[in-house]
Amino acid sequence: MAAADGQTSPMGLGQQAWYEIVLQSLKRNDIRLVPYVPDRVLTRLIKEIHADPFFTAFPTAREEEAIGIVSGAWMGGMRGAVLMQTSGFATLANVLASLAVPYQIPLIMFVSERGTLGEFNYGQALVCRTMRPVLDSLAMEHHTATRLDEFEFIVDRSIKQAITTQAPVALILSPLLTGGKVFDK
Amino acid sequence: MNSHNNTPARNTKVMNRFDLTSRLVAKLKKEEAVIGGIGNTNFDLWAAGHRPQNFYMLGSMGLAFPIALGVALAQPNRRVFALEGDGSLLMQLGCLSTIATLKPKNLSMIVLDNGIYQITGAQPTPAAAATDLIAVAIGCGLTNSSWAADEGDFERLIEQSLTASEPMLIGARIDDGPGTWATRRDPVQIRERFMLGLGSREGF
Repeated sequence: MAAADGQTSPMGLGQQAWYEIVLQSLKRNDIRLVPYVPDRVLTRLIKEIHADPFFTAFPTAREEEAIGIVSGAWMGGMRGAVLMQTSGFATLANVLASLAVPYQIPLIMFVSERGTLGEFNYGQALVCRTMRPVLDSLAMEHHTATRLDEFEFIVDRSIKQAITTQAPVALILSPLLTGGKVFDK
Repeated sequence: MNSHNNTPARNTKVMNRFDLTSRLVAKLKKEEAVIGGIGNTNFDLWAAGHRPQNFYMLGSMGLAFPIALGVALAQPNRRVFALEGDGSLLMQLGCLSTIATLKPKNLSMIVLDNGIYQITGAQPTPAAAATDLIAVAIGCGLTNSSWAADEGDFERLIEQSLTASEPMLIGARIDDGPGTWATRRDPVQIRERFMLGLGSREGF
């Protein structure tokens, strides 16, 4: 279990865990504000972010609320990123199309991918299929991270591209990277 | 006039959106930020006279308070106002709890309540006949929330909020009139002007 669940740091390999890479990439790029709607897979990342005084992290009631907050913060000079799961992303088409994309706001989203590679909830499996078509229909940059060895490159470069091009990006965290959520939890 | 405006539970005066927005803007002397919610709310903010610190929403109904919260967190030394309609606030009531928990000292919220979706044909909102939005805000933990009894009371509450040390929410009942005229709909220009107005462009 431990080897596949992605929640433990593979210290023996001399590598960082995926959530450590996210945390350090956020810090390196001065991203301090992290509103989120939680997800089981994100538990450890959320805990580590709360434990680090560099960050201002808090839960919101809805994902679009979090996007409003980081959009306002960016316009005020503070960088942010939003954490959510797949079903939360599915609530965002309106705010992406009417705020983040047309106002050219470098919205950075981390989406824990539910609904595939061992999903046990049919609703999650269906809503997952709406995610990439919505991203593609808005011509939004998105990457699905599956491998630890290329994860830092994807995260760091994507954050920098979002900021310099003033365009949103979605980083989808595959169960291949995180271990996902399995039925026994 | 809408039936909810005559409910006996409320004895506050029915005012006018453009008049109240103009009264707010006249009191802003320290480059305070103002976020205008979608539709008539930001149309009247625009009509009250453009300021470099105004942000006008062209969609994302319900996000005026969250956007203002973000600005308030980024610039804790600047007072931030958000103007929102009652129908818009109903879309995002959860943000009241988020704001009550974070307690930003520099955030002032105004809900302009006509009980209708004026811009789509004046249909009543689901809350119009039954819900007191200020009571909802207090229940969410925003204890410094109150209805403005009339224009003078509205101005008094605005002045109080300029130096408040906790988030404040002001409710004002308004008539069913439309916005004065429409904001120029250029999102990139709106965002860029706002960032220049907030002095936040240098960092990026």
